[in-house]
Amino acid sequence: MSTDTTAPLRNIKARRTTLENIVRNLKTAPVSAWFGMIVILIYAIFAIFAPWLAPHSENEVIGKAYEHGSSLALLGTDQIGRDLYSRLIYGARNTIGIAVITTLVSFLVGGSLGVLAALKRGWLDQGVSRVVDAFLAIPVLIFALMMLAVVGKSVVNLIIILALLDATRVFRLSRAVALNAVVMDYVESAKLRGEGMGWIVFKEIVPNILPPLITEFGLRFCFVFLTISALSFLGVGVQPPTADWGSMVAENKTLITFGNPAPLYPAAAIALLTVAVNFVVDWFLHKTSGLRDGK
Amino acid sequence: MHPVLKTVLQRLGLGVLTLFAVSIIIFSSLQMLPGGYAQNILGQGATPETVKNFNHELGLDRPAYVRYVEWIGNAVQGDFGNSYSGTTGTIKRSVSAIIAPRLYNTFFLAAMAAVVAVPLSLLLGVLAALYRNSWYDRIVNSITLTTIAMPEFFIAYLLMFFFAVKHRWFYSLSTVSESTSFWEHVNRATLPALTMTLVIIAHMMRMTRASIINLLASPYIEMAQLKGVSKSQVILRHALPNAWAPIATVIAFNLAYLVVGVVVVEVVYVYPGIGQMMVDAVSSRDMPVVQACALIFAATYILLNLLADIVSITTNPRLLHPK
Amino acid sequence: MNEFEHKLSMAKKAVGLGKLSRRDFMAFTMASGMTLSASQLMFAQAARAEAKKGGTFKAGIGHGQTTDSLDPATWSNGFTFAFGKSVMGAPLVQVNDKNVAVPHVAESFEPSNGAQKWVFKIRKGITFHDGRSLTADDVVNTINYHIGADSKSPAKSVLSSVTSVKADGPDTVIFELKGGNADFPFLLTDYHLSIYPSKDGKIDFAAGIGAGPYKMKSFEPGVKLVGERNESYFGTTYFDSIEMLSIVDVAARTNAYLAGEVDFIDRADLKTIDMLKGAPNTELYNVSGFAHYTAPMHVDTKPFDNLDARTALKYAINRQELVDKILFGYGSPGNDDPISAAMKYAINPAPVYSYDPDKAKALWKKAGMEGQKVDLSASDAAFAGGVDTALLMAEQAKKAGIEINVIKEPNDSYWDNVWLKKPWCLCYWGGRPVADMFLSVSLAADAAWNDTHWKNPRFNELLLAARAETDETKRAAQYAEAQQLVHDDGGQIVLMYNNFVGALNTTVGHNTFNSDFDHDGGYMYERWWKA
Repeated sequence: MSTDTTAPLRNIKARRTTLENIVRNLKTAPVSAWFGMIVILIYAIFAIFAPWLAPHSENEVIGKAYEHGSSLALLGTDQIGRDLYSRLIYGARNTIGIAVITTLVSFLVGGSLGVLAALKRGWLDQGVSRVVDAFLAIPVLIFALMMLAVVGKSVVNLIIILALLDATRVFRLSRAVALNAVVMDYVESAKLRGEGMGWIVFKEIVPNILPPLITEFGLRFCFVFLTISALSFLGVGVQPPTADWGSMVAENKTLITFGNPAPLYPAAAIALLTVAVNFVVDWFLHKTSGLRDGK
Repeated sequence: MHPVLKTVLQRLGLGVLTLFAVSIIIFSSLQMLPGGYAQNILGQGATPETVKNFNHELGLDRPAYVRYVEWIGNAVQGDFGNSYSGTTGTIKRSVSAIIAPRLYNTFFLAAMAAVVAVPLSLLLGVLAALYRNSWYDRIVNSITLTTIAMPEFFIAYLLMFFFAVKHRWFYSLSTVSESTSFWEHVNRATLPALTMTLVIIAHMMRMTRASIINLLASPYIEMAQLKGVSKSQVILRHALPNAWAPIATVIAFNLAYLVVGVVVVEVVYVYPGIGQMMVDAVSSRDMPVVQACALIFAATYILLNLLADIVSITTNPRLLHPK
Repeated sequence: MNEFEHKLSMAKKAVGLGKLSRRDFMAFTMASGMTLSASQLMFAQAARAEAKKGGTFKAGIGHGQTTDSLDPATWSNGFTFAFGKSVMGAPLVQVNDKNVAVPHVAESFEPSNGAQKWVFKIRKGITFHDGRSLTADDVVNTINYHIGADSKSPAKSVLSSVTSVKADGPDTVIFELKGGNADFPFLLTDYHLSIYPSKDGKIDFAAGIGAGPYKMKSFEPGVKLVGERNESYFGTTYFDSIEMLSIVDVAARTNAYLAGEVDFIDRADLKTIDMLKGAPNTELYNVSGFAHYTAPMHVDTKPFDNLDARTALKYAINRQELVDKILFGYGSPGNDDPISAAMKYAINPAPVYSYDPDKAKALWKKAGMEGQKVDLSASDAAFAGGVDTALLMAEQAKKAGIEINVIKEPNDSYWDNVWLKKPWCLCYWGGRPVADMFLSVSLAADAAWNDTHWKNPRFNELLLAARAETDETKRAAQYAEAQQLVHDDGGQIVLMYNNFVGALNTTVGHNTFNSDFDHDGGYMYERWWKA
């Protein structure tokens, strides 16, 4: 904060650019946030470049079942002799990919409906809210189980169903925070200025309700993994042979009983990513809370 | 009218509406499911003839809307009908009789987990807010995040491995029945309750911490600090009372999860709760049982949220005594 | 037998009868030069060699649902089937460990009129758990409950050949069949057909009262069944009480076994079987059964209507690899003959369909199928590992230039919408004790479950002839020819025979295992004992 005040007058800018803001924020980020960001970055690299980083392909059978780690298979092989390490890497791509898309779709649908409902109120708000209430009251896992049985178990169906179910939760949150925002003076004055709907939503409301939504995004993103792995456990999640961390843990669950580490790797992969995401979210929350103690 | 009473009545009214909507959603989803009760029971042995006999006996050969109207008509009078599994005349299994013991088990387990998890997470959360950004904060944060981040069946198997197989301190099987004594029930349910505690504690603890920290920037807290009130007093006397609303919401969410979200834990520990029952009923298309379970879950969710709202109102003088 | 061996066998017998203590037995064996661990093991084995009464047997079963009921017409899973085999129910006929049908509730049975008429004498003095005595009327009413016009029982198709069942006096029941069937008593071993008390022509099963070895003490569907020994049981049984626990999750089942909460688990996880085998005091329950996994092709649908195309596919599959990878070696490769090698009248038809990509390629080309792909519908509902099996088959066939397009079908309603409907899919056949049942249930031209649409006149002729044939040599020759026809011409690819694999605590004693079903043929509660 001191740089601004001590800088020569001619260097004062009316406004910092976004890039400068980001750099400035990163400089003040605590260790935990840095840790989180680095982990997320590594995961992203593995997910994007999986085919180049994995020594074997996703479904190639390279040996017998449950071989121990060797130079051929770094972490050993899985139940039908595929390379565990390669599947872990492809798992990053599939698991994170599915979770990101699901969460994005749920925020797109739930978020826009929520803001719209808060802005328009009336029958639209009432109607959507009642429907959402009903869906919220049905257990996600069991309802997802039913819907997957209805439409068939494919990754696309899984994403759509989970995204829509999650959207109900996002709707509630975004409606609640948007309700607080729409009564603010700046929205009122934008309306009086005669700004269009799009302007009001994207320039006035969204920037002001973003922090809680981004926090929620981080959490939802993690919950999606967990829901998918629970569904895999019940036999309807991501179907073989697609490598997905949740199903990899579920497939090898009996090994835990015998102290074999095979299910530990994908579980640890999920845990590490969740911790990382939440560290970043925490930092973000801290920044937007306006609290000045500590750093 | 008193604001609390008004909210309660309003919410209860909406709740009934929600329950009605839930029953329609569940019923139509069941209609959309491929196969039917007869085909599922008969499996490979399903011939068109046996299926027809089965469906006729269950009244499933009538149109869907007739069956729904009949069901809802009885349900509003408190009669949830008979499970399809007691098909033939001699064995009638009423839904309420099937569900009652399992519902008790579910609530028993939820209560056991809640009794430990809620006070513990509040304590950890307050301490984390008090010593924020200290090593204590980071370690508790990381540990609880890790437990929330692992699939719950994984945690369950790990606990089972250490506490039931390696050291035989607890039971790996939680099969309880009506004849099980209270303490035996507690003993058998220890591992599942522990699993669920680990699963929900992070969420509640983090929300407690976050909502307290959120308030620490408020002018009245700064005022208290300037007055020289001790750190712990600031949090306990000034911040916490105003943080109850979001905390109560999260607690309600997690308590609801203890009731509705335990399918996986029930499967792993073979605990005869209601989640497992609903999954079984869905896969065998036993409509009356699915409906009853869904309504119980929905009602739990609605009531707990109502409770959270009441807490929010009663802890906020502005809402409690409107101008 | 030398002197030591003789003494040892005497000592073992004494241990089994409880007349020789552990210390004395060990002193004897170790004095003869045996190691400590060897003699300890031998003591444990000897101690359970002799059947004796007492103890509680707890079984962890990988089946069971909250929708299970006591109505025998609804029994269809690996939990409820035992009710009628050796828990509450007692059927007319049992299968013994040599796979012979022996009278049970019946005292004897006698065929006449070319095995078209069967006379069953009912054992006298049998009482149900509540003291009522079992009569011929109860038998007739029980059978009628399953074969009646409005019956929902799967046993209806098993007994479809029965035209009438009548009581002749208090202890005689006469069955009339459509055609001769020398194996008819085997049909009555079906687990649905245990005898229940009846009144006014209706049987009463609601209280779980039967004539079997255990009285039902409590039953919570999908959780457990507790039984107490029926002291007035007409057969022999050993356990004082039994607990059947439904533990559907395989890891939970394994943990319950390792934690010592159950004495036996079925359907062990084959992935970790080597580790389970090494657990203390564990005997592997490993029985090669008659059940098998198949991939039926509709022989009236393109391209499976072409014999060369069918044969090409039969050669394009590496069945040994399937056994190794899907069954982890706990099974045996099929040779497109549904009669398991362990069964009577089984032959191993030549040529054996071993993996031969070149031959498959040539035949596929000859059938004019080069470059075309075939759809294979698969699901884990067909059998555990079904999707993996199909994917492996596709990999194997690729080497023969055959492209198999695996379609993953939903588990729910697989048996409704896929099996019997899709031209090529995966299927599972459970155990049947006699050759006739396998052949007639799925390969006879008019069979409801003819999942290959194969209608071979000669085969059907042989089937009928062999069914009524009482001359063993002629019958064997007829079955041999029938099996050869299925092997050469049929549309059923028998991929592999799966073993029943479980784990059994060494404190439990048993004789030779029965192999038509899991759980010692369903008779474990009745036939096993605790040392």
